[in-house]
Amino acid sequence: MSTARGYLDTASAEPLHPAARETLLAALDRGFGDPRRLHRAGRDARLLLDNARAVVAECLGVHAEEIGFAASGTDAVHRGLLGLLRARSGGSGAGVAHSAVEHSSVLQAVQWAPSPDHVTVGVDASGRVDPAAIAEAARRPGVAVVALQSANQEVGTRQPVDDLDLPDGLPLFVDAAASVGRLPLPGLWSALAASAHKWGGPGGVGVLAVRRSARWTTPFPGDDGLDQLGTTWVPGALAAAAALQAVLAEREETAARQHRQVDRIRACAAALPDTEVVGDPDERLPHLVTFSCLYISGDELVSALDRHGFGVASGSACTASTLEPSHVLAAMGALTHGNVRVSLRRDSTDDEVEDFCAALTAVVTEIRASVDL
Amino acid sequence: MSAAVELDCRGAVCPRPIIELAKALPSVAVGETLAVVADDPAARHDVPAWCRMRGQEYVGEEVADDGAPRYVVRRTS
Repeated sequence: MSTARGYLDTASAEPLHPAARETLLAALDRGFGDPRRLHRAGRDARLLLDNARAVVAECLGVHAEEIGFAASGTDAVHRGLLGLLRARSGGSGAGVAHSAVEHSSVLQAVQWAPSPDHVTVGVDASGRVDPAAIAEAARRPGVAVVALQSANQEVGTRQPVDDLDLPDGLPLFVDAAASVGRLPLPGLWSALAASAHKWGGPGGVGVLAVRRSARWTTPFPGDDGLDQLGTTWVPGALAAAAALQAVLAEREETAARQHRQVDRIRACAAALPDTEVVGDPDERLPHLVTFSCLYISGDELVSALDRHGFGVASGSACTASTLEPSHVLAAMGALTHGNVRVSLRRDSTDDEVEDFCAALTAVVTEIRASVDL
Repeated sequence: MSAAVELDCRGAVCPRPIIELAKALPSVAVGETLAVVADDPAARHDVPAWCRMRGQEYVGEEVADDGAPRYVVRRTS
């Protein structure tokens, strides 16, 4: 049995994959040097870094020189999106057309580069954008970059990235952090960002892929391009590559099992009174489900489930981490309080899912009884 | 607009304003409105979502005399 039993928040961070752990421990002693140096330690680190790039490139279906390692998923998003924007506009106030449900790292990057020409495109009740609405926004004057996630990190809904009909030459930034290692990647993008700890790699490793055909300029001072986005943590990058390779080798099997387990949790949540399961039931991430329960606060649910041994996330406000409710749930018109996001590990078992469903039913019933409605 | 019942939920955090709304619903007749004044940011999303989930009509958002948001709901069932 996994020692992480009950941990159901892999959309925040997946436990370290055994392949990553093994690779990391071996690489810590060998990959400490600066890969830019010509001495032996530098050459060793360079060898490991080149290996990591080659493996990640193969996993993502791109060329090794199109891969860079960043300090985190957020860092990869910032460098990817702002780098496309800078290459197009020279840093002078051009707009980004993006969905309303992008990860906060995307929205914060957009806010950091102020422009009167930014456009936010709304979503339907399932959290999906209409590709025609993105295409229309992309054609507005002043829009220099389009940003669309591959799938939503809070509700799991896949976005129609490959259905976008964008003007020739307009770059597309794809935040693929929620789906790398879990779903086939979209083909249509100029730059793509991901985060290793979401697929079982170590924390502190982001991946930025930039097509050779894309115009991209490093947006921050002092960097030399994709090969050196700051100082790459070489052992971490190699461990991230090993985890990605291992996860992809069993992707379809894992996804099929998780899809079935999530269907079970969806059915259990939907059977609770005054509870709404949100996100597309089919066109979604395999491992993630979100639902909201009327009359219960998100942190009450999270704490009660934790006492039953289950670790889940919540997009509700009034939790310790935020005062504002989830912008994703708000954009969908979904209930923002009483929200729970469950995301399965690759080794979550059917038994564990059944135990979770029983705990959820007990917790919701118990808290509701105390509300006195 | 005037409402048959007005709930003062200033300072209450989610989901308290929605609980008060649900408790007060039976006190108005079908076709009448009730209003909830709530400064919690979640109420802006959760009052309409509650209406949708409970089959009531969300009339809209207004501003109370002191500037706090006031959400109006019509009982339809």
